[in-house]
Amino acid sequence: MFDITIIGSGVVGCSIARELARYKLDICVLEKESDVACGTTRANSAIIHAGYDAKPGTLKAKLNALGNPMYDKLAEELEFPFRRNGSIVICFSHEEIKGLEKLLDQGRKNGIPGLRIIYKDELMKMEPNLSDEVVAALYAETAGIVCPYEMTIALAENAAENGVEFKLNSRVLNIVKKENFYEIETINEVIKTKMVINAAGVYADEINNMVSKNKIKIIPRRGEYCVFDKSVGDMVKTTVFQLPTALGKGILVAPTIDGNLLVGPNAVDVEDKEDVSTTREGLNEVLRVAKRSVKCIPTDKIITSFAGLRARCTKEDFIIGEADDAENFINAAGIESPGLTSAPAIARMVEGIVIQKLNPEMKKDFNPIRKAIKKFRELTNDERREIIKENPSYGKIVCRCETVTEGEVLEAIRRPLGARTLDAVKRRTRCGMGRCQSGFCSTRIVDILSRELNEPITDITKFGGHSNILVEKNKEGIN
Amino acid sequence: MIKKELICIGCPLGCSLEVLVENGSVIKISGHSCKKGEDYAVKECTNPTRIITTTLEVINGAEAMVSVKTERDIPKDKIYECIRALKGVKVEAPVEAGQVIVENILNTGVNVIATKNVARKA
Amino acid sequence: MKEYDIVIIGGGPAGLAAAISAREEEIENILILEREDKLGGILNQCIHNGFGLHIFKEELTGPEYAKRFIDKVLKLNIPYKLNTMVIDFNRDKIITAVNEEDGLLEIKAKAVVLAMGCRERPRGALNIPGSRCAGILTAGTAQKYVNIKGYLPGKKIVVLGSGDIGLIMARRMTLEGAKVVEVDELLPYSSGLKRNIVQCLNDYNIPLKLSHTVVDIKGKERVEGVTVAQVDENRNIIPGTEEFVSCDTLLLSVGLIPENELTRKANIEISGNTGGPMVDETMETEIPGVFACGNVLHVHDLVDFVTMESMEAGKNAARYVKGMYEKKGEVVELTAGEGVRYTVPVWVHTGNLGDGVDVRFRVSNVYRDKYISVYFDDVRIMHLKKRILTPGEMETIRLKPAFFKDRTDIRKITIKVEGE
Repeated sequence: MFDITIIGSGVVGCSIARELARYKLDICVLEKESDVACGTTRANSAIIHAGYDAKPGTLKAKLNALGNPMYDKLAEELEFPFRRNGSIVICFSHEEIKGLEKLLDQGRKNGIPGLRIIYKDELMKMEPNLSDEVVAALYAETAGIVCPYEMTIALAENAAENGVEFKLNSRVLNIVKKENFYEIETINEVIKTKMVINAAGVYADEINNMVSKNKIKIIPRRGEYCVFDKSVGDMVKTTVFQLPTALGKGILVAPTIDGNLLVGPNAVDVEDKEDVSTTREGLNEVLRVAKRSVKCIPTDKIITSFAGLRARCTKEDFIIGEADDAENFINAAGIESPGLTSAPAIARMVEGIVIQKLNPEMKKDFNPIRKAIKKFRELTNDERREIIKENPSYGKIVCRCETVTEGEVLEAIRRPLGARTLDAVKRRTRCGMGRCQSGFCSTRIVDILSRELNEPITDITKFGGHSNILVEKNKEGIN
Repeated sequence: MIKKELICIGCPLGCSLEVLVENGSVIKISGHSCKKGEDYAVKECTNPTRIITTTLEVINGAEAMVSVKTERDIPKDKIYECIRALKGVKVEAPVEAGQVIVENILNTGVNVIATKNVARKA
Repeated sequence: MKEYDIVIIGGGPAGLAAAISAREEEIENILILEREDKLGGILNQCIHNGFGLHIFKEELTGPEYAKRFIDKVLKLNIPYKLNTMVIDFNRDKIITAVNEEDGLLEIKAKAVVLAMGCRERPRGALNIPGSRCAGILTAGTAQKYVNIKGYLPGKKIVVLGSGDIGLIMARRMTLEGAKVVEVDELLPYSSGLKRNIVQCLNDYNIPLKLSHTVVDIKGKERVEGVTVAQVDENRNIIPGTEEFVSCDTLLLSVGLIPENELTRKANIEISGNTGGPMVDETMETEIPGVFACGNVLHVHDLVDFVTMESMEAGKNAARYVKGMYEKKGEVVELTAGEGVRYTVPVWVHTGNLGDGVDVRFRVSNVYRDKYISVYFDDVRIMHLKKRILTPGEMETIRLKPAFFKDRTDIRKITIKVEGE
């Protein structure tokens, strides 16, 4: 019997897992995919919002304001990449300045520091590549950028090292409430648990509706993005938004923490909770709108595009708390933007509920520190010499675009919750994320995975399931 | 009489050739713009041949596969038969480029030879 | 810091030829740095025949062509390091490289030959929408899986792009047991060699659909099919022509990009037309003693021309080291005029032409019965009738010293395609 079972290992599930790992609790995390951070966490804007967007008084406003300042310590403890680059909301006419003032006012009500309106001269000095149409902007100095999957992997690794059990490839089929515990039926087994925490992202409605009569509905809202080569990663320094619309914060232009340029997302409600395909219309829309913010969006430098699904709840706000009709069933549902920013605060809020309900004892030996995989590309030459001497596989570069060494790939595979697929290696090392988009390194990673996992090369997948890279030996199909 | 349509590969022009063949011999060629086209048409319509290249598995090799080719061109209609005959053929390392892997494949008088060296696994 | 006379970055056909010709000019202290585990570069995976017709007057496979040069490098005892990746390069010709044995290497070179080759354009460069599932890969990656590892990445293939690697792989995968459904080409003509269209597609009844492109990719875990549509002369999709083609793999053969990340690190100017550094007739870049050749300079159609160009680069690097290097005459700029996409070189020294300098270039469209003209400023000095010019085939003209006789003060040489 587990004390707590968390369903979903996105940034919310893993933040909660890591927070609760401080206590003497038997905790299990169930994940339907073959890796953590595979849903909404994998594909979003990667922005740590300042917190002026959300309507005052909502959970979104409160948790955004609380979550943002938690990032410095979290990033330091868990060694994931995070930087406060600031954000600007730009407007294109003097009339629209009113919109900025409204946001500023909202931000002040939400208790957000470091907000001010800046005008053309200062703005163009700050961001010389903005389009000539731009008139003014709301500048938010506390906004930041992060790598959401690396952060989530860090949270998960740290939780695992502190005793949390992760069960991957474990889709939940049903949950049955018993006298004073729950039985969770997964595709592999039946798990007994005293408490359930629902952090299932776009599936949080299905999980909730298995247990509670207070039905919720999540309508996935797809957002598409284009990623540009690092050679144009410095086109903007801050995250550039346009004035928000009813559909969301609109299409942004931002540097990524890894040095690329990111443009997106649009917003389209979709039925299919797995549909992360991009569309021609969507990508065109994203580029068209972005061109209004920044002059000369270099479309010839696009290296890839992707889409993510926002777990948008019809209730408009985060749903966090115990279900009214199901004791010890805690929802962390409807976590759309600013979900990433809020995740650490959501975890604290859930922690509060757990303390109240289970009154757990603190562990004495909780270790909040997680060391990142040493990134060869970020080391000085002296450090590089040192690390190759210690571990020669750091002298073998497997991904030439991102300068990733075999040593890093091996470590990604050998760590707790180690990589089992090409995409999992990619998320942990950036192998294949560069300008050639894995053309050269994928053949090597397939070899390394096959060797390390002792699996036939034909069993290696891109991301689990039937996403095999190779299907059969040459001439096998010749009769 | 059979009418055959070909694209000449003699140069980037890629002339569309029309060839009339009777009893296995070419009686008329049209559409060509040089002698190369004529020669090509005759060859393609009377005795088309190709060099076949493929890879074979290496046993105890430092590499998994060795690339091979038919030493000379073989009749075009034997391509698949040739591949079928090579299915399952494994070569023990070390392999030397030029080494005969299959002698006189399909009785064509042509050997299949290795096109690279593969050392023995250390 | 270890010092070398000449360091050659890249041990593919370009690097090997440059090394050999530099050694033949009696330079002892040469080092080739190769990132893969063997010399020969991409030729190792190009197991098909058709290489060497110009240089050796015989038809070799890729590994055989490479072997001729590798054997020579071994015979000449030219030192090389494998599994060695150059991670930095600067204007002082200091190269930083890494490998497992030496760790971090810092090397100072008197002359450097850039011979890093090129890479394939990925899907992102075309921004093809749709799924990002398994089964989408470049033709070159598929070539490595099939020819080096011996495994097929799919069984039912659609190829996008009719570049030579795509055509070659259509045949290779067919012969190894896959079904190639079709090849789609955005342009109204193929950039591949005629010979490859006939012997890789027609021989196997694989349809080539010109003016067609992939507009969507379907599939959750693995590709289940692609939507193919026809495009008009401006490459816009013609509505209503979309057709779903069932397949499990999409191979991309949509162009090659010279791999100049190191070149950029030394702030060497890159041509927007070739994607490679700008060089003069000696293959020298703007940094004295830094030369470039092969596909890093511009994408070639035939390896034979890579070899020829690289011999030239190696020879000139050697002369530079020996101090025998003097570029006489005026510097004249070469310009790609109407119908010409680029020229290599982009500068020539009028007094340094030897027996003549080969200018390589590509045209920007298919032209029939047109002329290639060379202008010295406004004066036409060469006018060559061509029955066919296609972007897929590199063209060469030779600038002879005689052209410059009695002509001083030439400011610009223009190569263009003309009707008459």
